Amino acid sequence: MTDPISKKHLLVALVENKPGVLNRVVSLFRRRNFNVDSLTVGRTHKPHMSRMTIAVDATRGDALKIKMNLLKLISVIDVAEVSIEPHVSRDLALVKVRSNDAESRNTLTLICEHHPARIVDIGPEVAIVEITAAADQVEACIQELRALGIVEMVRTGVVAMGRGTRILDSSYEPVVTTSADGVPKAFEVYSV
Amino acid sequence: MLLSGAEIILECLKREGVDVMFGYPGGAILPTYDAMSKYPEIHHVLVRHEQGAAHMADGYARATGRVGVAIATSGPGATNLVTGLATAMMDSSPIVCITGQVTRGAIGSDAFQETDVTGVTLPVTKHNYLVMDIHELAYIIREAFYIARTGRPGPVLIDVPKDVQIEKIEFVYPEEPIRLPGYRPPALASEDQIQQALELIAQAQRPVILAGHGIMLSGAVRQLRELAERAQIPVTLTLLGKGAMPEDHPLTIGMMGMHGEAASNHAIQQADLLIALGMRFDDRVTGNLKTYARNAKKIHVDIDASEINKNVRVDVGVVGDLRAVMDQLLPGVKPMTHAPWLNQIRDWLEDSNERDIVFRDSGELLFGAHVINDLWKFTEGNAITVSDVGQHQMLEAQYYPHQRPATMITSGGLGTMGFGLPAAIGAKFGRPEEEVWAIIGDGGFQMTLCELATARQENININIAIINNNFLGMVRQWQEFFYEERYQSTPMFNPDFVKLAEAYGIPAMRVTSREQIAEAVAFARNYNGPTLIEFVVEQEEIVYPMVPSGADLDKMIRRPKPGEEVVKEHKS
Repeated sequence: MTDPISKKHLLVALVENKPGVLNRVVSLFRRRNFNVDSLTVGRTHKPHMSRMTIAVDATRGDALKIKMNLLKLISVIDVAEVSIEPHVSRDLALVKVRSNDAESRNTLTLICEHHPARIVDIGPEVAIVEITAAADQVEACIQELRALGIVEMVRTGVVAMGRGTRILDSSYEPVVTTSADGVPKAFEVYSV
Repeated sequence: MLLSGAEIILECLKREGVDVMFGYPGGAILPTYDAMSKYPEIHHVLVRHEQGAAHMADGYARATGRVGVAIATSGPGATNLVTGLATAMMDSSPIVCITGQVTRGAIGSDAFQETDVTGVTLPVTKHNYLVMDIHELAYIIREAFYIARTGRPGPVLIDVPKDVQIEKIEFVYPEEPIRLPGYRPPALASEDQIQQALELIAQAQRPVILAGHGIMLSGAVRQLRELAERAQIPVTLTLLGKGAMPEDHPLTIGMMGMHGEAASNHAIQQADLLIALGMRFDDRVTGNLKTYARNAKKIHVDIDASEINKNVRVDVGVVGDLRAVMDQLLPGVKPMTHAPWLNQIRDWLEDSNERDIVFRDSGELLFGAHVINDLWKFTEGNAITVSDVGQHQMLEAQYYPHQRPATMITSGGLGTMGFGLPAAIGAKFGRPEEEVWAIIGDGGFQMTLCELATARQENININIAIINNNFLGMVRQWQEFFYEERYQSTPMFNPDFVKLAEAYGIPAMRVTSREQIAEAVAFARNYNGPTLIEFVVEQEEIVYPMVPSGADLDKMIRRPKPGEEVVKEHKS
C-alpha cells in the first residue's frame, strides 16, 4: 500500500501462555490469507507469557495488516515490528552432511571456521553441523555445505529481539483463584 | 455457597442481567437445564433448531444493545449454532453462546456427540473458551460478556464439559475488575487525527457522510445528526446503518451500494470528501474499488484498527469509539452551507422519483415494493422490521424508511437466509413494547420455519409477512440480467403458507391484491400473538437500481422511466 515492494518483516508477539493460542494465530493467518515464512513460539521468563516471532515476506502495508489483526486476538498481549528498528535476529540450523573421507572432513572444518557454525556430532559416515546466525548467514553456510552432500536438515525459524531499551513486555499478572482445598491457583498457567 | 458448575453458569448469567435465553437441551448440557428451575428469573425459550437460538439471541442483541444468550448441547447442537455465530460475527452483534461438551476425560476420544467446538467456531467468534477447570468458570463467563459487548461487539462461545457442570465448589462471585492484558478497546482519537479530520471537513465542497452500524453500536446518533446539520453534510446509510439518521431528514440521501439510492452512489462518486463513520467499505457498498470515489479525500472512523485501509485507502484513519471521537470532533466543526452540492443531490433524487415504482399505478398487479410501502404506511413507519435475505430485504431497505435507531434488523454481512423469523422472535423478547414485523421471502422462510412452533409456544406477538413470488427472487434477478434468463433451480414449489401457519395454531391470511393489504395488516396488528400474512406478489419483479457485482458504483442498472424500454441483459 504505502510501499508496494515486498520484503522481509519480523513481527514479535507477546501472547498469553494458554492452550490453543498458537492455533488462534495460525487460524488467523490462514483465514486472512497471510503468507508466513516462519513462525516460532517459546516460553519467556514469565510463566504466563509466551513469545512468538513471525517472519513474513510482505509489503509494509500488509505487515501492518498482520499486526493489526494479531492485536485483535484476545490472547495476544502486544505486537512489535522489530524489523523497522535496530534488532538482533537468529536462526538455527542442524545440517547432517557426508563426512566419510579426509577431504570432506577438512572442507567441513574450513567451512566451520569461516561461518558461525560448529560440528556437534561426527561419525565415520556423517557429521552434524550447527549453525546459529542471522537467517541470511545461515543460508550462506548451507549453500557451502551443499558441496559436501547434505543428507538431512532442520531449521528452527527466526527468533528476534529489539536492541537497547526497547523492551516488549507486559506488567500483566494472572488472576489467582483459590480452589476448594484452599490452595491458591494461578489458572492461566499451562504449558504450551 | 456450595454451587455446581451448572448453577455457577446460571448465577453468572443472572448477575449479567440476562432475562431470557434461547436454547435446546441435550445430553451434555442437561445438568445446566436441570438447574434452571432454581433460576426462574431467567426465562428459557425452547427453540426448534439451534440455528434459531443463535439468531434469536442475535435479534435480541440488535434490538436492545444488550448481550443475547443462546444455549445448546454438544456435537450437533453446537455445530447448528455455527451459521448464527458467523452471522453475528459479520454484523458485530454481541451474543454469548454456551454449549455443553462431553466430560473432560472423554475429550478427544470421539465420544458420542463430541465435536471440537472451540476449533470449529474459532474463525466465526470474537473469542471462545473451553472450560477445563470449574474455578475458571465464573471468570470466563464475565470475560465472555465483557468481550462480546465492548470494543467492536461480536459473538463469544463458552464450551463447558458435562462434568464441569456437575462438579461443586465453594463459590464466591468474582468482583474484581476484569483483567484481559491483550484486550484494550480503543476509546479516544489522538488530537492530531482530530485536527487533520477537521481540516479536511473545513476544506470540502462536496462532502458526504457514510453512516454505518457503528453509529448505533456506539450510540452516536445525536452526534451524527449534529455534525450533518451544523456543516450541512448529506448522509448516506449502509444497510445496517439504517436508523442512524431519520430517513425523512432533508440531509438523508438514502442507502448506498449495490441496491442503494442512485443519488447516494452518485454523491459518493462525485464527492471530494467521504466521512466514513462506523462502516467498513464492504464490497456491496463500494463496487469496483479502483474507481471508487476517486476524487475524494477520505476520513475513516472505526473502533477496529484492522478495518482502516483494509479495502479503501484513506487519508485520515481514526481508531476509536465513534461517540467519543465525534464528541472530540464536534467542537471544532464550523457551520457551513454546501448549497450547490445539496442542490445537485436534490436533482439526482428527483430523477430517482421519476423512475420509482411506488409512484406508479400497478393496476391489477401486486408488487413487493407496493406491499412494503403499504406496510410502512399502515404501521406509521414505526415498527421494528426484521428482514431475511433477498429481494424483499432490499425492498424493505428501500421502501420502509426508518426514523429511529435499532428498528431495522437484517443479516447484512453474511446474508443469512433463514435469519428473519428467529431474529424477529428474539427482537420481540428484547423490546416487547414495540410492534415487530418479520418480512421474509418464501425461500428464506422455509429455512427456519420450524420456529413458528417456538412463536406459538411462547405466544410471542410478532407479525410475519411472507413476500411470496414462488421464486428465489434475487437469484432469479441475477439469472435474468447475467445468465440469459436461464432460471436454473429458482422456481419454487411452496406449501400453502396459510394452512401451514394454521397447523401451528397461528392465525393467517392471504393477500393477492393491493386493496386487501390494509385489512390484513389491521388483522395482524389487532391479534395478540403471532400472525402470518402471505402476500402473493408478481413473480418477475426486479430490484432497481442495481450495481452489477464488481462494476463501478455509479454504473447502475436503473428502472426505465415511463416510456423507456426495458433492457434485460447486462454484463456482470
